[in-house]
Amino acid sequence: MIYEGSRKGRRATAQAPLEKAELSSIPAAMLRDTQAGLPEISEMQAVRHFTRLSQKNFSIDTHFYPLGSCTMKYNPRACNTLASLPALLARHPLAPETHSQGFMGCLYELQEILKTVTGMHAVSLTPAAGAQGEFAGVAMIRAYHDERGDRERNEILVPDAAHGTNPASAVMCGYKTREIPTADDGDIDVEALKSALGPQTAGIMLTNPSTVGVFERRIKEIAGLVHDAGGLLYYDGANLNAILGKVRPGDMGFDVIHMNLHKTFSTPHGGGGPGAGPVGVSKRLEPYLPVPMVDFDGSDYLWLTERDRPQTMGRLSAFAGNAGVLLRAYVYARLLGREGMHRVAEFSTLNANYLLKRLMDAGFDAAYPDRRASHEFILTLKRQAKELGVNTMDFAKRLLDYGVHAPTTYFPLLVPECLLVEPTETEAKEELDNFVEIMKRINQEAETQPEMVKQAPHTMPVRRLDDVRAARELDLAWRED
Amino acid sequence: MPFIPHTEDDIEEMLAAIGVETIDALFDEIPDELRCGELDDIPPGMPEMELARLMQARARADGQPLCFIGAGAYDHHIPAAVWELTTRGEFYTAYTPYQAEASQGTLQLLYEYQSMMTALTAMDVSNASLYDGASALAEAVLMAVRANRKSKSKRILVPRNLHPVYRKVTHTIVRNQQIELVEVAYDSASGGIDSTDLDRHSGEDYAALIIPQPNFFGVLEAVDELTDWAHANGMLAIAVVNPLAMAVLKPAGEWGEQGADICCGEGQPLGAPLASGGPYFGFLCSTQKLVRQMPGRIIGKTVDLDGKPGYALTLQAREQHIRRSKATSNICTNQGLMVTAATIHMSLMGSEGLQRVAAASHANAAELTHALTSLPGVEGLFDGPVFHERVVRLPIAANKALRALAAHNVLGGFDLSDDYPELGDAILVCATELRSESDIESYRSKLERVIASQVETPCQLKPDW
Repeated sequence: MIYEGSRKGRRATAQAPLEKAELSSIPAAMLRDTQAGLPEISEMQAVRHFTRLSQKNFSIDTHFYPLGSCTMKYNPRACNTLASLPALLARHPLAPETHSQGFMGCLYELQEILKTVTGMHAVSLTPAAGAQGEFAGVAMIRAYHDERGDRERNEILVPDAAHGTNPASAVMCGYKTREIPTADDGDIDVEALKSALGPQTAGIMLTNPSTVGVFERRIKEIAGLVHDAGGLLYYDGANLNAILGKVRPGDMGFDVIHMNLHKTFSTPHGGGGPGAGPVGVSKRLEPYLPVPMVDFDGSDYLWLTERDRPQTMGRLSAFAGNAGVLLRAYVYARLLGREGMHRVAEFSTLNANYLLKRLMDAGFDAAYPDRRASHEFILTLKRQAKELGVNTMDFAKRLLDYGVHAPTTYFPLLVPECLLVEPTETEAKEELDNFVEIMKRINQEAETQPEMVKQAPHTMPVRRLDDVRAARELDLAWRED
Repeated sequence: MPFIPHTEDDIEEMLAAIGVETIDALFDEIPDELRCGELDDIPPGMPEMELARLMQARARADGQPLCFIGAGAYDHHIPAAVWELTTRGEFYTAYTPYQAEASQGTLQLLYEYQSMMTALTAMDVSNASLYDGASALAEAVLMAVRANRKSKSKRILVPRNLHPVYRKVTHTIVRNQQIELVEVAYDSASGGIDSTDLDRHSGEDYAALIIPQPNFFGVLEAVDELTDWAHANGMLAIAVVNPLAMAVLKPAGEWGEQGADICCGEGQPLGAPLASGGPYFGFLCSTQKLVRQMPGRIIGKTVDLDGKPGYALTLQAREQHIRRSKATSNICTNQGLMVTAATIHMSLMGSEGLQRVAAASHANAAELTHALTSLPGVEGLFDGPVFHERVVRLPIAANKALRALAAHNVLGGFDLSDDYPELGDAILVCATELRSESDIESYRSKLERVIASQVETPCQLKPDW
């Protein structure tokens, strides 16, 4: 804990101005009368402390990280270096267009690349993450219906397997949500969808490939049904990595999509962000896109604002979103180029199907054994839980001991004891083979020494944590005793 | 193949194991008519060295003008160690710490961040970040509407001297939940919230009053009186503060008799580079009483099976991945890496270092306004005390003056005429600790020449956004 190394009067102020200037023009009543209580440590203490903290993390750079739905692939160093050129970091967001042409050119080209690869009519880059993209997308659906005077539509449909952000975003836009069940083969239950559609339907939010790791085969039919009912289709781009350059949401009939650039375009996940969640739309939704956007008049790049887009759904951040993340995605897209885009889907799908087949051969149960995996797949450890008393959480924690980050656990909720595994295209075959060997070994351990597995992990900086205590005896900030 | 490690032999063995002939066969569940062809509009892949040339050229094209714009993003020195450490792969390439045992680095860092933010703002609790200052305010408004059970109105008092884009973003995010933002005027003499206009709403039902410190004009508000007024009228007090200013100003938790209920703002001054507007991070702190209404991730300290201290995500029943449509917010991914930088930044600067930066910025802004208002026809507006920004009115058209200055490589400030036409040719200027005496003199002398010649720049430009 950083405060434990703090000593009164110790300072690292080589970085601060040498002296404290006067604040005499500010009335004393407005000033604080005690210091803020930040740690007082030396620079070396800080460097050592945070270096050591970093070493307590698993990360893509140090470990295989097959976290389903999160696309934890290698983050090329060039993306960071080239987006962090000193002149780019020094740019003020309100610099005039005369001093922004280089930066705006990158954003404009990124907009164009994203349009092409998703088959959408127009793209706005400003949403700061996937969930903000969802909010923007649903708000555009709402603006579209409202503008047409179609105000009875008050419901957004979401599959029962959807990411939690989908229903939460719909509610933030003032909608009710209704769940659509998933059929036994992993596709959406089209009969249930038919009976849920009606004059109250504003739209449906879908992920394709879906969160159960399979391609929604009847997507064209679903799009037709929803459009016939007067609703619009929202595409959650969480799984875009699986189909990049193979099939495009625009061609499937979606009206609005978001992309997670921190997944598909390999910008870093940063221990929980920042991300970027650009939105793409069909022609009829273009007027509602969030601003600002970048336009090109043949010689100069221009900002599009409320003036140019009076029907916009609005602004989502103080400036133009997570610009530095967008630059990283731009560098990645240019490194890959058109041929590299296809390979993302091809090799992430190859890796997932190979890993699934090897695990099934090793005796593990796939949730959808008769389906092709997309870039991810679901294992169910229901049998192990029932027969050995060792559940998915135990497998996940034991994986940590073997130096592998656990796949996503217990999501989607409809598959019992599930692991959602996404190896990504940047992992080599031997890493996948190693994962299979580890899973086999854990399965053996579950048979011979289940208690040991249930107590895992054994080699991490801490053992299993008391979550109940964390929530009951809230300790959310350090305080001097 | 860039970033794909497969050899021809690997591919063959893997396809054989799966039992298909080609990689393409793995896409056989996708209907043929949906398959897209080549992506000819995307340029071919580029080697790293060529791309490096391209990006360097782009960066050069934007020049490195001398910047006197603030308006929500501030040019401060960032200690070298901050980003050296932040970009370590173990921070840079980890994700949300769902597997607590394998994420103690990130989790402990976030707990330390929460500790430092609550110390800086004198609030009880902090979350682990939101997207930026503007969206953090929108979340604070939603939180206040949920939390103020005495209020039935879903109305919020928003001062007109709050950052205009913050007002727009908040409107965008809350409007579909029928929340109404009601404007409060500013006092044309001081630049602070107009207490007479505020008193018109006395006794009416509002969920909260938003109190900026400093406000968009750089002017400091009478926060004690405003907070007490809000509480006396059954409203929550939402503070929107510059976190650097909190190092020297009375912290939000100590405003008035009871302190602000929610304190939010833009974290950028704590270690994030200007970088064209992001990524930055929004912070959100509150009283203990409101913790269950907070949006976003929160980290708690607990113990492991052996009783050893450790850190974990807590109160997750507020969040979308558990509560879905009943969550306090839809936020999932936040701005973790920026918080990492901020935590290291605050550790290195300490309270004393941040105070010095704040005081130096305050002094430089005073020097800048002194220099500019010494020019004939340039006057400082508002007599309220300021932090590190100030409104000045020019004797010539503000947009033309700023364009002419930009042509001389000086970004002279933010043009207020669109958002506050009643102020005339007013601009908002800022000088942080990084602007030297000679920078300020350079600005003054160029503005002097621009005013004298009243030149217009030859290039036709659209107004800045």
